[in-house]
Amino acid sequence: MIINLLINGKLHAIEAPEEMPLLWAIRDIIGLTGTKFGCGVSQCGACSVLLDGQLIKSCSLPVSGADGKEILTIEGSSENLEFLRQAWSDGNVPQCGYCQSGQLIAATSLLDTTENPTDNEIDAVMSANICRCGTYTRIKKAIHKAVTLKNEVI
Amino acid sequence: MSKIHRIDRRDFVKLLGLATGGIVLGCSIGSDKKDFIPTIDAEGFHPNLFIHLEKNGNITIIASRSEMGQGIRTSLASAIADELEADWKYITVEQAIGHEKYGNQNTDGSRSVRTQLTPMRKMGASAKMMLLAAAAKKWNIAPKDCSAKNHFVINKITKETLFFGDLVAEASLISLPEEDSIQLKKVEDFKFIGKTLKSVDLKDFTHGTAAYGMDIRLPNMKFAAIARCPVAFGTVKKFNKKYAEEVQGVESVFELPRLIPPTGKFFGMFGGMTVIANNTWAAFQGKANLKIEWDGGANASFDSETFKKTLTSRVHKTGKLVPGGKGNVRSAFKAAVKIVEATYHVPFLAHTPMEVPNATAWFQGNNIEVWAPVQDPQTARSELSHFFEIPEENITVNVTFLGGGFGRKSKSDFVVEAVAISKQINAPVQVVWTREDDVQHDFYHATSAQYLKGSLDRNGNVSGWLQRVGFPSIVSSFTPFSEYASGFELNQGFTNNPYILKNFRLENVQAEANIRIGWMRSVVHIHSGFGINSFIDELAFAAKKDPIQFHLNLLGPDRTIAGSAGFPFHSKRFKNVLNKTASMANWGKKLPKNHGLGVAIHYSFYSYVATIVEVSVIDKKVKVENIWTSIDCGLALNKDNVKNQLEGAAIFGMSIALYGKISIEEGAVAQNNFYDYQMTRMKDAPNIHINIVDAMNEPPTGVGEPGVPVIAPAICNAIFNATGERVRSLPLSDLGMV
Ligand code: FES
Ligand code: FES
Repeated sequence: MIINLLINGKLHAIEAPEEMPLLWAIRDIIGLTGTKFGCGVSQCGACSVLLDGQLIKSCSLPVSGADGKEILTIEGSSENLEFLRQAWSDGNVPQCGYCQSGQLIAATSLLDTTENPTDNEIDAVMSANICRCGTYTRIKKAIHKAVTLKNEVI
Repeated sequence: MSKIHRIDRRDFVKLLGLATGGIVLGCSIGSDKKDFIPTIDAEGFHPNLFIHLEKNGNITIIASRSEMGQGIRTSLASAIADELEADWKYITVEQAIGHEKYGNQNTDGSRSVRTQLTPMRKMGASAKMMLLAAAAKKWNIAPKDCSAKNHFVINKITKETLFFGDLVAEASLISLPEEDSIQLKKVEDFKFIGKTLKSVDLKDFTHGTAAYGMDIRLPNMKFAAIARCPVAFGTVKKFNKKYAEEVQGVESVFELPRLIPPTGKFFGMFGGMTVIANNTWAAFQGKANLKIEWDGGANASFDSETFKKTLTSRVHKTGKLVPGGKGNVRSAFKAAVKIVEATYHVPFLAHTPMEVPNATAWFQGNNIEVWAPVQDPQTARSELSHFFEIPEENITVNVTFLGGGFGRKSKSDFVVEAVAISKQINAPVQVVWTREDDVQHDFYHATSAQYLKGSLDRNGNVSGWLQRVGFPSIVSSFTPFSEYASGFELNQGFTNNPYILKNFRLENVQAEANIRIGWMRSVVHIHSGFGINSFIDELAFAAKKDPIQFHLNLLGPDRTIAGSAGFPFHSKRFKNVLNKTASMANWGKKLPKNHGLGVAIHYSFYSYVATIVEVSVIDKKVKVENIWTSIDCGLALNKDNVKNQLEGAAIFGMSIALYGKISIEEGAVAQNNFYDYQMTRMKDAPNIHINIVDAMNEPPTGVGEPGVPVIAPAICNAIFNATGERVRSLPLSDLGMV
């Protein structure tokens, strides 16, 4: 079927089987490879994207469910994502980097809903994302740092 | 065009004096093989294979080792840039293809910095000397009257300056300096070495633009998934591909025969049924729809629980004596005031790097090109040459970013698969493993059993130490029927036991392999670190002594043991990290109720590590609250990177201690994905405190792995401290403790 996806502000009309997970439509049909495959079963968060502002695991949503919706991937931009990127760089967070697309998108969603998250609130959202390299301490610090950076600007 | 100096390979070796190091061919002056001759042109200055300076001042540095999260691209580039006196903002890093001209590229064994630092510094220093000579010529002064700083050469007499980029043409005419004239900087003059530099790849990592293996896209590329026999080395008996072919996007389905490696090297591939499709998901779906009847073969009855019992009974009987024992343990035990005995277990473990194994290949008759996340591109190349009978010079292995490796991506089975399929379908193809494939068809970290028996004399000192260990050997993956541990494996913590023991005996028991065995981050040190540190804690308790004091006593007076690789063991440095950690953790402090502290120390990859863990145990559930680690890794090339590696090692070690277990039933792995092979998550992550000992005048030693082996024993010792309960068999989840 023909599916319309508004990804990072750009419209993509694609032909895809309706039950194909959004992840593979993004990676293999549209060719945006920043969104990662880690498990395919909603366990690792590597494939996280925002769908109409909601954090979802794109490996587990049929592409038909995203038809006509707005999607933010790691190739895109948002106010919170930019502060987070800055904080990630300041804190030299990534190791292999593979999980970090998903981590950044999940953290964006967290800051979109919670202005100044506590450690527990960070844990609650970010524990859905696995980092096999073990950068959790840095991720947590960077999320707090992003809030600080944002407050400095405002 | 500048002239190309012709020097043969032997002269090269002499020139840079690197015959024993990796990079014998690491300079630009061409050898008689044409691909060793770098392009020398008026646009750029290429003093050696690793440095390319352009007129605008931009410098591209070639990273010869694979980047899998250990920060090597940044670290090695910083060593070159420091000696070159480059300005960091002009530096970009490019990944080398797999080629012997770059020297040994095997990214493994925590050795990249250890073996490459000096050669890389020499690359930078010799290039700087050539720039100085070029500027001297321009100014008509002696090179010694020039110095370099921040991308400029300075005329020490007139204070004039020349930008590096403006010296490209002249520098290309300068001949390479003699090896013995290359002067390296002093520690106090370092600008990047030993400091903190951020990863050169941060922008790509935070924008989704770093290209991992799975991100390669070629025109007309197909996607492939492979169904492999659940039992290692089993074969396809019968299949029905009808339902697979019905999946939209699936283009073909065929059987892929196993490729068996020659004895002693390479990895081959399992074979199975492969599904070709025009997208990854269709390939996965097709694979799921295959109906296959397998012949499990020789391993079909293997059961890991039964094997655990077998190994346990073996370590409870006399095994094969390992040379290197001391004194007589039997008489020590007879004279003992107290005897302590314990048996420890580590299960099979899988690597599960965040990026699953995958490779993209294009077989084109006489040539092969591959894009893959490999730790050892040269071995992959040789292996492809072997199986596909194409000369190595016609094979290009492009190394992508690795989404984690941990030893898994040292094995190139997934690359062989991609090439075999591309050859069959005559098109470029990307093979992608599902996570289930990854969990169920790994080269597993071996399971182990070890029995320890120790005696205490009347002063509470250890008078005798008997240790029996058994684990399937890595060698079994190369040479069938290797049923005892090899010397290099036992030398990872067992034979090189650091303690002063008058009576010491080590025995090895038989352990056959019924699945593929590989090496995982810190390898056999996981076993030795767990067994020895747990047992020391038990002995200290039996002796009613403080565990840290007990370790210190056993390490004895300051002494040096000459090592084989030019890295002698210093007990003083070991005691130092232990004391540092104890003071960081405030050892001996009063703890909250239900909390406990545990300590472990381990020497691996020539680095000294001590760790203290604080746990809380409430309703039998363990939470790791704090981890303090101190490391002495000699010269720490990039401080923040070392810290990041140790933080990661703590989390990696926690995954082993808390959750890590692969079980095998009827020859097949029982776990599937992250829901039943769990990882440490942020909610489990403790506060991690890292101390890096300042040892800038010592040679650099391993960083990526040494932080792992201490974690599990320190956690278990902390649990004992909190509850009085000993954990001798990993993981904690098996005991309902997480
Ligand atoms: S790939 Fe979607 S959660 Fe793991
Ligand atoms: S940085 Fe490697 S998995 Fe997170």
